[in-house]
Amino acid sequence: MKNNRFARLALIPYALWIVIFVVAPLVLIAYNSFLDIEGHFTFANYGKLLSPVYMKMMFNSFFYSLIVTAVSLLVGYPVAYFISRTKHKGLWLILLILPSWINLLLKTYAFLGILGTAGPINAFLEVIGVGGQQLLFNDFSFVLVSTYIFIPFMILPVYNAIEKINPSLIYASRDLGASNWKTFQRVIFPLTTDGIMSGFQLVFIPTLSLFMITRLIAGNRVITLGTAIEQHFLVTQDWGMGAAIAVVLILVMAIVMFATRKIIK
Amino acid sequence: MSNTIIRFENVTKAYDDTVVLNNVNFEIERGKFYTLLGPSGCGKTTILRLIAGFIQPTSGKVFIDDKCVNTIPAHLRPVNTVFQDYALFPHLNVFENVAFGLRIQKVKEAEVKERVANALKFVNLEEYQTREISEMSGGQRQRVAIARAIVNRPQLVLLDEPLSALDLKLRTEMQYELRELQQRLGITFVFVTHDQEEALALSDEIFVLNKGIIQQSGTPTDIYDEPINRFVADFIGESNIVDGFMLEDNLVSFANRSFECVDQGFNQNEPVEVIIRPEDLEITTAELGKITVQVDSILFRGVHYEMSCYDEFKNEWLVHSTKKVDVNSKIGLNFGPEAIHIMRLGETEAEFDKRLEAYEE
Repeated sequence: MKNNRFARLALIPYALWIVIFVVAPLVLIAYNSFLDIEGHFTFANYGKLLSPVYMKMMFNSFFYSLIVTAVSLLVGYPVAYFISRTKHKGLWLILLILPSWINLLLKTYAFLGILGTAGPINAFLEVIGVGGQQLLFNDFSFVLVSTYIFIPFMILPVYNAIEKINPSLIYASRDLGASNWKTFQRVIFPLTTDGIMSGFQLVFIPTLSLFMITRLIAGNRVITLGTAIEQHFLVTQDWGMGAAIAVVLILVMAIVMFATRKIIK
Repeated sequence: MSNTIIRFENVTKAYDDTVVLNNVNFEIERGKFYTLLGPSGCGKTTILRLIAGFIQPTSGKVFIDDKCVNTIPAHLRPVNTVFQDYALFPHLNVFENVAFGLRIQKVKEAEVKERVANALKFVNLEEYQTREISEMSGGQRQRVAIARAIVNRPQLVLLDEPLSALDLKLRTEMQYELRELQQRLGITFVFVTHDQEEALALSDEIFVLNKGIIQQSGTPTDIYDEPINRFVADFIGESNIVDGFMLEDNLVSFANRSFECVDQGFNQNEPVEVIIRPEDLEITTAELGKITVQVDSILFRGVHYEMSCYDEFKNEWLVHSTKKVDVNSKIGLNFGPEAIHIMRLGETEAEFDKRLEAYEE
């Protein structure tokens, strides 16, 4: 019993943390979303969300998040599979995780250098005679950099799922006449769907609210909900509108989490 | 079609410097129940994997149906395996697990249904088609694994210690079922186990393996009655093994006495090992016995008592008897000439067979 009480006491700092830094801000956001720019109660913010401008932004957010997630999966799955079949798994995993320890902003700036008109890629294009290209400030560079930043979060859960598969299931499949490809299709892939779903959550949801990359890399040509929130809070000072978008975004994230969890079972 | 389905020709398998199989030669005939028996690490599972095609021999050739299959991958070989941990697909239900091989072969849906139903009926699981694997007990999973193997109508089913995860009662039950199943289907079973009782009960033919070498092959009674060396005698059943030497044909000396026996073909005064099975020893009074021993300890084994006794030369004698005797008492042991089995030191299986043939004619 005494232990139990101690355990509860030990929880207090964390509980306080959650209340002050998670629950309270959420309540504040919800509260703010019902205030107009003068501080009067209103539903107008949510009404504005239905206007074509914001609907387009919403669509953009989803569209680009889906593309980033899909590219992460298409590139990340084979990488995860490859790592699970190599001898030095630890080394490969470290190499994979290492870049995620570097500050997001630094990595983004690095891409400005790499993709910029004076960068190495353009220098290469000059040499082979294609000529300089504007690689930055378009949706291609946005997808490229976002994928680069989030792909470890796709690879790791998929890798874990592949590692968890009992090797004798692979033997059994081959024994029953399945080629390597069929074994992948019918055994390995279906048994990694929960890994894919976790990867989906870890890539899709943060990408929805990206804002910095949209400005630095995509030059505000890709405007997502994240960008809109940032602009409302920092530029237009319309906190109510920013909060309303945030509330919608949080709800969408909750729905995505719930939906993918259901598939995981 | 020849009667031989599997042939190993000088097969060696080594990992780095560790030799797991050392120049193994054998043949497996159609329609019989074979058992590969040996302690862990003896190479029995390696043989199974070489047949299934999961690994390739370091040297030598593996033949299936008189065709060298060294370069044929596992999924193109006409054999199916029942794995030790069953290896059932957790994302598929019972029906789809059994249907897996048929679906790969693109068998028509109606035929899939019929064949899966039949296979499940064979293993008494016809009611369980729509169950998930997680809802099945260990014994049931075992049966699903067997159904999944036989539904493809392979010529050969490989069983890798399939009963080792089951409790004793279920295991005995499954032994009967396996034997019956093999006889009903008439296909070849190659069964791997380290359990000698299981091997004796199930097999038409047993290969006893140790250290990557087939020590002896033969029917269960052959191997039990005429073990070729100390390892086989010790591994198959309980044995009393004492040193002795052959005085002449049909006369052996051990425990400081000479005894009549039925073994021939030895040199005069050749040192040999003498085996007498514990159940072949008969308890009598100290005066009447051929050997006099003192009872050291006694264990009740259910069907019989097991007595550990010592003679005056410190040889241990295990005796199985339904009669109970007192610890520390002196008793006599009686045995006939047929109970004595003589092993020549370091004799290979080929030499052993040759000597046996020479004096049986």
